[in-house]
Amino acid sequence: MNAHDEERTKKLLQQAVPPVDADAEPAHELWPAMLRRLNVESAARQSPSWAWFNANWFDGVLALGLASLVMLFPSSIPLLLYYL
Amino acid sequence: MQNETNGILTHFQQGSETAFETLFHQHQRQVYGWLLRIVRDPAAAEDLTIESFWRIHQAHARFDPAQGFEGWARRIATRAALDWLRARRPESELGNECAEELAAPAAADPAMIAELRCKTALAFSSLPPKLRIAATLAVIEEQPQKDVAAALGISIAAVKVRVFRALRLLRKELERQGITP
Repeated sequence: MNAHDEERTKKLLQQAVPPVDADAEPAHELWPAMLRRLNVESAARQSPSWAWFNANWFDGVLALGLASLVMLFPSSIPLLLYYL
Repeated sequence: MQNETNGILTHFQQGSETAFETLFHQHQRQVYGWLLRIVRDPAAAEDLTIESFWRIHQAHARFDPAQGFEGWARRIATRAALDWLRARRPESELGNECAEELAAPAAADPAMIAELRCKTALAFSSLPPKLRIAATLAVIEEQPQKDVAAALGISIAAVKVRVFRALRLLRKELERQGITP
């Protein structure tokens, strides 16, 4: 692509996607939404045990399932090790 | 005045919620405007303003008051916008108007021009987000390259390369559709 092509492509792009209004403002005050977000996050941090449970319950179930499998069928250990 | 600003920045860096609120009110408009330039969707720009200030709030300890707030906030906002663009399907950025335009047969000249614009906008929206942001800010919004470079955390030369690659990809895509810019 030479400089002439680059300039034409630029022009086409500028026509297709016009610039936005530089003085645009949010339609409404954003601080209340910001405050809600801060409150939600701080509430989540105040209940770490539940947060831990939410994040890790699947891992726990998986580990329990694997432990049960190993205990019930010890012969599956080499197979599990192979896939790990 | 300068001392007062420095005081707010230092307090923010130390984790003061009041200083954060002051900075939010002082800079929300600039951050929103910057995000709107990138994402071109007022509702998304509002959501991303909240997301950006949330990230700013989380990163307060890493803030260096000597470097100033605006550039730092803009860099964080640009990263939030990049994440948003990456998570979004390009087709969903086409407005209804544009979709109708593409569906309609291109008979008259103005319609053809509108169709060309729509196809260009669609092709542009399918570019990789990193290239698209650089081209949006530097070509469409005509922002100074040093500002674009600072917001993206790259050099001015890298901005030029990204813009060039974006234009080249756009041209290729248009040519593939039988359009010669």
